[in-house]
Amino acid sequence: MDFNFTEEQRMVRDSLTRLVRESYDFETRRSVVESESGWRPELWAQIAELGLLGMPFSEEDGGFGGGAIDSLVVMEEFGRGLVVEPYVQTVVCAGGFFKHAGTDAQKAEHIGGIVDGSRIYACAYAEPRGRYDLADLETTAKRTGDGYVLNGHKAVVTAAPWASHLIVTARTSGERRDHEGVSVFVIDKNADGVVTRDYPTVDGRRASEIYFENAEVPADALIGEEGRALPLVELVTDEAIAAQCAEACGAMKVAHEMTVEYSRQRKQFGTPIGKFQVLQHRMVDMFTEYEQSVSMAYLATLKLGESAKERKSAVSAAKVRIGQAAHRIGQEAIQIHGGMGMTDELAIGHYFKRLTIFDSEFGNVDHHMKRHIALASS
Amino acid sequence: MNLDFSPDEVAFRDEVRSFIAENYPKQLSGDGLRDDMPPADLVAWHKVLGEKGWSVPAWPAEYGGTDWTPTQRYIWSEENARVNAIMPLPFGVSMVGPVIYTFGSDGQKEQHLPGIRSGDVWWCQGYSEPGAGSDLASLQTTAVRDGDHYVINGQKTWTTLAQHSDWGFFLCRTDPDAAKPQEGISFILVDMKTPGIEVRPIKLIDGGYEVNETWLTDVRVPVENLVGEENKGWTYAKFLLAHERSGIAGVARSKRAVEQLREIARKEMLDDKPLIKDFDFARKVSQLDIDLAALEITELRTLAGEEAGRGPGPESSILKIKGTEIQQRLTELTLEAVGHYGTPYYRNVADAGSNEYPIGPDYAQHAAASYFNMRKTSIYGGSNEIQRNIITKMILGL
Repeated sequence: MDFNFTEEQRMVRDSLTRLVRESYDFETRRSVVESESGWRPELWAQIAELGLLGMPFSEEDGGFGGGAIDSLVVMEEFGRGLVVEPYVQTVVCAGGFFKHAGTDAQKAEHIGGIVDGSRIYACAYAEPRGRYDLADLETTAKRTGDGYVLNGHKAVVTAAPWASHLIVTARTSGERRDHEGVSVFVIDKNADGVVTRDYPTVDGRRASEIYFENAEVPADALIGEEGRALPLVELVTDEAIAAQCAEACGAMKVAHEMTVEYSRQRKQFGTPIGKFQVLQHRMVDMFTEYEQSVSMAYLATLKLGESAKERKSAVSAAKVRIGQAAHRIGQEAIQIHGGMGMTDELAIGHYFKRLTIFDSEFGNVDHHMKRHIALASS
Repeated sequence: MNLDFSPDEVAFRDEVRSFIAENYPKQLSGDGLRDDMPPADLVAWHKVLGEKGWSVPAWPAEYGGTDWTPTQRYIWSEENARVNAIMPLPFGVSMVGPVIYTFGSDGQKEQHLPGIRSGDVWWCQGYSEPGAGSDLASLQTTAVRDGDHYVINGQKTWTTLAQHSDWGFFLCRTDPDAAKPQEGISFILVDMKTPGIEVRPIKLIDGGYEVNETWLTDVRVPVENLVGEENKGWTYAKFLLAHERSGIAGVARSKRAVEQLREIARKEMLDDKPLIKDFDFARKVSQLDIDLAALEITELRTLAGEEAGRGPGPESSILKIKGTEIQQRLTELTLEAVGHYGTPYYRNVADAGSNEYPIGPDYAQHAAASYFNMRKTSIYGGSNEIQRNIITKMILGL
C-alpha cells in the first residue's frame, strides 16, 4: 500500500500549482470565460510545453509513460483553479480511445497531435434522448463504399467549440439501445455535414449541439472494432469520470478553504461568524465530505486497470459519493458566505456552479447508484 | 376538526378563479417572475388588481384592503399560484405599506398608500449593508438632522429592483450614542430621485441583476419623511420583517412547481421510460410532496390561529425555514430532471429555442439559473440560521 505520489508527480503538481496561481487567478479566468473564444490556446501550448499532455501515454505511443494517476494530479490542480481548458476531453477521453484501441497509424497521428498540443478533441457521446445511457444511440453510421456516413444529433458536447476533431459514438447496427452495434469514430470538425451550434455553459465552459447531416468519414476513422465498441466507451468514460472526480476534489478543497477563510473575516454580532459553533460544525462536515471524496477519487483511479466489474463498481461508487459531496459542499459554501455567496463577483459562486454541473456529466448520482446496485447483484 | 372550505369559501374561490381567468394579462400567462422581464410586465397584474381593489388584500379596509379573512387570502394566493401569476411586488404592498398605515403620519398615508395600491409607485428596501446582514442592527448608514432635513450618508446593499424604484424605505442611524445598537435607528422614506443616490447593479450567480448596491452621499430628505418617532425605527423594522415572513412559505407556488416537475419528468426519458416512472426519482418528488403537505397544514394552522386573533408569532420562522428548503429542493430536482440540458447557459443565447437547431427542451432553459438563484431564499428575509435562533430564543426559551 502506498498513497504517495512519485517525485515526478509531485513536480508536476508543483508546476501546475504555480501555473494556476500565476496564470489562472479568478479575475483572469473571468475575463477568459467572458471572452469571445472562452479559452486560451496559448495556455494550452504552455501546458503542452510542460509535458502535461503526454503524461498518461506510453513512451511507445509518444508519451512519457505515466497513467491515470498523472491525470488525477493534473485534474485536481485544474479543479482548484476552475481551469476550463479541455484536458479531460482531449487527453483523457480522446487520448483514451486511441491509447486503448487505436491502430498504429491512428496513434501516430492523433496521440502525436494531442501530446504536442496541436489538436483539440471533444467527445460527442451524449444524445438528447439517451440521458446517461452510453448505448442509447440514435446517431447512425452507415457503411458506404469505402467509409461511413454519419447522421444524428449529439447533445451538450463540452469543449466542442474549441475542438479541431470530434470523437463520435454512433450505431452501425442494431436497435437504439442495444449493446451490440456501437461504434466509435474520429472526425475532423470542419468536415462537410458537421453542423455545430456553440454556446457557453453555466459553469464557464463552452459546448455545442452537434448535428451530423450525411457527414462522410473514411474507413480508417473507425476506432476499435465496428459494432463492438461499447466496452471501450465504458472504459474511457470511467477514466474520464475518475479524472473529473479529481477535478471536483480540487474545486471542493478550494470552496471549503474559501468558506473557512470567509468565516474568519466576516464579523456579525461583534465576532467572526467562524466562532459560531453551528457554522463550525457545518464546515467540519464539509471538510469530512471533502476527505471522503479524495479517498474515492483515489479508489476510482487505482481501480481503472482492474476487471471491468471491479472498475465500474469503484468508479460508480466514487461518482455517487463525490456527486453527493459536491452538492453539499457547494450549497453550504454559498449559505455560509450569505448574500456575498450569491454574487458573480466572488469566486465561490463559480465553484458552486462547477460542482453542480459535475454531477450531470457522465451520469449523475442516481445513474451510478443504479450501476453500482446492478454490479453488486450480478 | 376538518380541512374543508365552507360553502362561502368555495363560492369565494370560484369567484376569484374566474376573475383571474378573465383578467390575468394574456401576454404573461404561465411565465412567472423573471428578472430579465420588462419592468412593465412586473406590475401589469398589480395594476389590474389595483383597479379591481384587490391589490392589497391584507390591508385594513379603511386603507383599501379587502377585509378578506386569512383563509380567503390564502385561497387568493393559492388561485394566483395556480396560474403562476406575477403578484404585486412585496416592497410596497407587504412591507412599507403596512408600516405606513400603522405608524405613518396622515400626510404619509395620503401621499404614499394610493401609489402602492395602484402599482404606479415602485418601492425598494434599504436595510442590509455590507457590514450589516444577519446582524442588521449594526447598520452604519447615518441620518443627521440639518434644519428641516435629514442628511443621509452610507451604503446599502441587496436593494432588490432599486434600479426601477421611485421610492425607498431606509433604516438609518440617527443616534450613534444610543445604549443599544437597536435604539438609535430611524425609518425614513426616500425619493430615489434625490441627488446623491447612486444605484449600482450587482450581478448574481445566475447571471441576473435583481439586486443593487445603493450609495447615499449627502442625500437631503425632508424631516416629514421620517416614519413614526425618531430612533424607534427598529420597532417598525421588526414589525415589517414579521410581515415579510408570513408569506414566505410559498406553499401554493411550490405545489404548482411540483406539478411542473412531474410534467417535466413525464417528458424526460430514463431507460426508455418516462423519468417519473423511475422509482429513485419518483421517490424524491413524493418526498417533496409529503414535506409540502406538512408545511401546508402547518401554515393553515397558523392561519386558523390568526383568525382566532393570535398573530403570527415565532412559529412563522418554521414556515420560512421549511418553505425555502422546499423551494430550493424543487429547483434542484428540476435541474436533475433535465439531465444534460441543465448545462447550457441560455441567457447569452438569444435564440436558444430556435426551431432549426434548438438547445434542448424549453423547460430546461431556466433550470440551472433557478437552482442557482433560489439559494438566496435561505439567506434573505432573515437567514435560516437567524430563523433557528429566533425559535431557539422565543419558543425553546434557551
